[in-house]
Amino acid sequence: MSARRAGGAILVFTALATLGASVLAPHSIDARFAGLLNAPPTAIHVRDDAGNWRAPFIYPWKRVSQLEQQYEADRSAPIPLMWLTAGHLAQSSDDARAPLLLLGADSFGRDVFSRLLFGARLSLGLSLLAAVGALLIGGLAGGIAGYLGGTVDDAMMRASDFVLVLPAMYVALALRSMMPLQLPARTVFLLLTGIFAIIGSPFITRGVRAIVRTERTLDYAAAARSLGAGHVRVLTRHLLPATRGFMVVELTLLLPAFIVAEATLSYVGLGFPDTMASWGTMLQDASSISAFADFPWLLSPAAAMFIVVFALNLTLQRGSRGLHYERPM
Amino acid sequence: MFWYVIRRLVFAAFLVFAVSSASLIVARLAPGDYAVGAMGLNATPEAMRELRARLGLDRPIAEQYVDWLSRAVRFDFGRSLANGRPVIELIAESAANTAILAATALFLATLIGLPLGVFSGSKPRGVVPAAVRTASLFLLSMPPLLTSLFLVFFAARTGWFPIAGMSSIGGGFLDLLQHMVVPVGALTLPLIAMFERLQSQATSEVIDQPFVIATLARGVPRTRVLWRDALKAALRPIASVYGLVVGTLLSGSFAVEVITAWPGLGRLMLDALRARDVYLVAGCAAAASVFLAAGTLFSDLALVLVDPRASE
Repeated sequence: MSARRAGGAILVFTALATLGASVLAPHSIDARFAGLLNAPPTAIHVRDDAGNWRAPFIYPWKRVSQLEQQYEADRSAPIPLMWLTAGHLAQSSDDARAPLLLLGADSFGRDVFSRLLFGARLSLGLSLLAAVGALLIGGLAGGIAGYLGGTVDDAMMRASDFVLVLPAMYVALALRSMMPLQLPARTVFLLLTGIFAIIGSPFITRGVRAIVRTERTLDYAAAARSLGAGHVRVLTRHLLPATRGFMVVELTLLLPAFIVAEATLSYVGLGFPDTMASWGTMLQDASSISAFADFPWLLSPAAAMFIVVFALNLTLQRGSRGLHYERPM
Repeated sequence: MFWYVIRRLVFAAFLVFAVSSASLIVARLAPGDYAVGAMGLNATPEAMRELRARLGLDRPIAEQYVDWLSRAVRFDFGRSLANGRPVIELIAESAANTAILAATALFLATLIGLPLGVFSGSKPRGVVPAAVRTASLFLLSMPPLLTSLFLVFFAARTGWFPIAGMSSIGGGFLDLLQHMVVPVGALTLPLIAMFERLQSQATSEVIDQPFVIATLARGVPRTRVLWRDALKAALRPIASVYGLVVGTLLSGSFAVEVITAWPGLGRLMLDALRARDVYLVAGCAAAASVFLAAGTLFSDLALVLVDPRASE
């Protein structure tokens, strides 16, 4: 039980950090610090070399080797932090020369921490929307199939079986490549949401159908019907609410799959354009192996993904019944 | 049983047909074509028209499709536009590479995950089972995209394993094994966790059943009951998930192949898509659906063997 609480707490924390990105992030997603390409994270100190306690401050990075992009802290010039100024929670007081880089800088000299927070909006928002879409499609299709039965049921189950056994990642790739490679971010967002929702829906369709089929024969459904409720009313007001528990579990299963799918597509350059910050496009920056061996902070989106998925798994621990561990992507 | 297999085979054939046709048409309908990408921005319209005519790209979609289909039923899937080699040859190579990865991962995961699951499922209390469960939950939260990134990072930092490609120049079998460590590890780790969890749940449900208690009461040693009788009864969830696992392995190996530069089906398809190499795209999609269809068929059969009620 405590594990579920911990998972829930992480999720709430993530949601708050995502929503509050514009306040929590010290920089915008495209602010570049030309002299600080691949600079390591700046540690926040509260004690200086002389051993005196002081307000939180950072040391600016001094480049020692331009070729190997190595940096050294300039310990002679501590820079105090500024709190709650210009709409940001914390910022360096000399932002142009010594910015606050909590998770270092990427190869363009952009602040990884800020991009991580803003990227969460895109990655998590897309996954959430796609998962809700999949639930809607699956709920509707499964509800109709289970309620009507007969030929409609057969046809819809065949169709969902078919989508179920499609090679999901390959389908997403093929569908995505139907569009031009460079697309505005908004179009990519809608396109990916749609593709994911359709690919994710057959699991829901099957589950909802099974539940509706059994619920349909129960007394309360018969009672509703004999009281004169129409088909639509019986289905939407009486039968579909019975699938609520199933839907919640499915939501927590689809989310990780979609987060990873977005990251994979963006990583190979078929997702968001690289001017946008999403966890996938950030990983793309780390896609050259020599880069992230030397600059491990470029992997922080991967770590963030792990934390979110882990939290989802923690909250799910008791609710899952066996089969539902892996999703298509 | 016989008709069941026939029905599944027909469905599989239809799946392969539909997927490859759809991807051919999709790739053909996509804006831009092979000629634009291959000749660059400063190509003259005449040269472009000539290249299209030579490759047969200027015909209407319907004609191109019918032509492709009539040859595809004779197992001639056309030639790659990019390098002129027969599509089937290119695909056979990379599909074999993907199959090596996927099969090794599936084998290792079953070999490690299954016993671990029986172990942790049969002991509700204790430090070691709890550690196994926690480790599983950890690994379960790391899809192949993440495991391969972390493993590559680890390998690059320590220098213990090669991090990219399938072999060094002039390398032998041992060299191949070394190159497999990172990609196979990345695919296997989440799978082990998944099998462990499934088997653990199934085992813990089975050992409370009357037949297990009855067998124990008759004096059969606990280990034998657990590893022979209970294991047999608890195989059902794993058997039914095997087919889906083939799908996750395909998607997972896509990420792994891209990150570790393993020359498999996923990379081939990605390159083909980027170059708008339409026949190759269709071939890759077909190959992927053959994998999946074979996987589902295999798992359905396994399920029927484990639990005869499933063929109803």
